[in-house]
Amino acid sequence: MRDELLEEHQKLAELARREEIRPPQSSKAVLPWMKANLFSTWYNSLLTLVALGFLLLVFKGFLTWAFTGAKWSVIPANLQLFAVGSYPREQIWRVWGVVYILSVLLGLSAGMWGGLVLRFALVLGGVWFIGVLLPFEFSTRGGFLGAVVAIAAALFLGRGRTSFRPWILGGWLLSFPLIIVVLRGFGENGVLTSNWGGLLLTLILAIVGIVASFPLGVFLALCRQSSLPAIRWVSTAYIETVRGVPLITILFMGNVLIPIFMPDVDINQVLRMMLGITLFSAAYMAENVRGGLQGILRGQQEAAQAVGLNYVQTMLFIVLPQALRAVIPAIVGQFIALFKDTSLVSIIGLIDLLGVAKSVIANPDWLGLQAEVYLFAAVIYFIFSYSMSYVSQKIETALGVGNT
Amino acid sequence: MAEHENAPNAPIIMCEDVHKWFDDFHVLKGVTTSFQKGEKAVICGPSGSGKSTFIRTLNRLEAHQRGKIIVDGIELSDDLRNIDLIRREVGMVFQQFNLFPHLTNLQNITLGPIRVRKLAKSEAEAVALALLERVNIADQAHKFPAEISGGQQQRVAIARALAMEPKIMLFDEPTSALDPEMITEVLDVMRELARSGMTMLVVTHEMGFAREVADRILFFDEGAIVEDAAPADFFDNPQHERTKLFISQTLQH
Ligand SMILES: Nc1ncnc2c1ncn2[C@@H]1O[C@H](COP(=O)(O)OP(=O)(O)OP(=O)(O)O)[C@@H](O)[C@H]1O
Ligand SMILES: [Mg+2]
Repeated sequence: MRDELLEEHQKLAELARREEIRPPQSSKAVLPWMKANLFSTWYNSLLTLVALGFLLLVFKGFLTWAFTGAKWSVIPANLQLFAVGSYPREQIWRVWGVVYILSVLLGLSAGMWGGLVLRFALVLGGVWFIGVLLPFEFSTRGGFLGAVVAIAAALFLGRGRTSFRPWILGGWLLSFPLIIVVLRGFGENGVLTSNWGGLLLTLILAIVGIVASFPLGVFLALCRQSSLPAIRWVSTAYIETVRGVPLITILFMGNVLIPIFMPDVDINQVLRMMLGITLFSAAYMAENVRGGLQGILRGQQEAAQAVGLNYVQTMLFIVLPQALRAVIPAIVGQFIALFKDTSLVSIIGLIDLLGVAKSVIANPDWLGLQAEVYLFAAVIYFIFSYSMSYVSQKIETALGVGNT
Repeated sequence: MAEHENAPNAPIIMCEDVHKWFDDFHVLKGVTTSFQKGEKAVICGPSGSGKSTFIRTLNRLEAHQRGKIIVDGIELSDDLRNIDLIRREVGMVFQQFNLFPHLTNLQNITLGPIRVRKLAKSEAEAVALALLERVNIADQAHKFPAEISGGQQQRVAIARALAMEPKIMLFDEPTSALDPEMITEVLDVMRELARSGMTMLVVTHEMGFAREVADRILFFDEGAIVEDAAPADFFDNPQHERTKLFISQTLQH
């Protein structure tokens, strides 16, 4: 009797085990999902409805304003201002030059790497294509159409040519000075940096800041871990000093002090701001990287030394790849902060994206349209910040292999 | 170069009155010994007696502060060129494996040959695959260290050291971090290596391995060598009180 019961029990358990082997299915369809998660019981349904009503109440005012009250015409009317500030109209071809350089490079990279890069190329192509459809002047729309074609052609050309990757990386590196030269031109015929503005200026400040502060930060972090006390102290002192001062003070000081200390050297305002932002961001970057370095076990360096790698090789191939991977979120967070912090340059008179927003509002033609203009600026900042965050998440997943 | 070629019977490692302090703590208190080419020496002794510190001074992961160490005719000093030369000739295997977790097993092995010996990538990979074959895990080449067992990781670590074609191999408790069923597979690889004529210094508590493979057993206590004998003498006729105690303790379990 007992034996039979036991047998029965084991059979059941066996059955249960077999059934449990399949993981629970999570449905992706909208309706089943809603039924399962929002309306599964009567009180869940009630809660869902209450929450919906609450959301509606909060956003009702905003939605009515956005669709009926707001004068969105201020945005298209000032689009060029938002994009490039007071960059002279007859020189605008320089900006187009930059658009084409980037489109071709991105298209080629997308063809060679695929994946995330390809997705970005498609998004950028989409943005250019929207430019074609919008009611701009004929030449502008033509320019955008050309850019779409450039991306597509480059993509086609680069498809699968993986052996050219090092060349394209070199091309990206070269593109930084090239872009600056194209935008600036030479002497009197060029465009003074004081005329750079809008999103263009914001992006230039951010990209130069990011590209320069990253290696500098890594260098400072390594110095802070040096076995030579003098190097360690200098690096620590620098990092702590900069972190103890608000960025805005550094920008002000850069603006006022550099001309006093070096009256003979003519460093223009944009360059001073680039310097300030870079030096400021590098200190934070160094601390982020140091956090990663501390997580690397001593045995890693010893093993690298034991196979004969020297200090530079050990850092380059063993320590930094692991340390940086561990702190990607913090580093990208720092990039995003830097991107948004570039808006501080409007305080010393540069007209970046935020500066343009302010000047548009001050224009008597567009009086009282703060909400529309600031909201637009906020959306632009958000799009770029979120893209960085998105890329960071993708990179983290891609590097997830063998991470333990 | 010529210096060490013309003395065929000179020891490949020579230590003379080696002292080492960690701050005020005297870890090595005058170690004098030498090892011949092709010799297999097992080093044992109680925990904290300085065994690890001693073999780590031999490839200068630790710097000694007094005395003299000459490895393959090169005296170890702060001279970076000498250190580089030594590290190419001395391979090391650690208790915790210390594989590079962000590289595949194959890349772990090819890194040194490519960056230090300047081999072409394809050549380095051929060498690495042959070594993986030799330690019986050719099928794990493209996995990451975290994806294989401890015993397999330690064998990759041995292959990584061998890829530099060292003249001397140092092992610091290579099986202490392993589950019992994996110890044999690592010891088998080390036995094979011993048969091939490699000069080996092994810190270990595996007395069976010592008895079978070692030409000499050195017993460390409080930073000095207190017993240095062939396995038969070491186990059956130990001279020092500490050694007797140690042997009775280790052979008990
Ligand atoms: N980096 C260090 N700084 C300070 N003290 C150290 C350091 N490394 C080792 N020591 C000390 O030196 C002594 C000898 O250490 P060592 O690791 O050489 O011993 P061991 O014989 O290998 O012991 P075990 O069998 O536990 O591995 C120990 O007391 C240890 O605490
Ligand atoms: Mg030890």
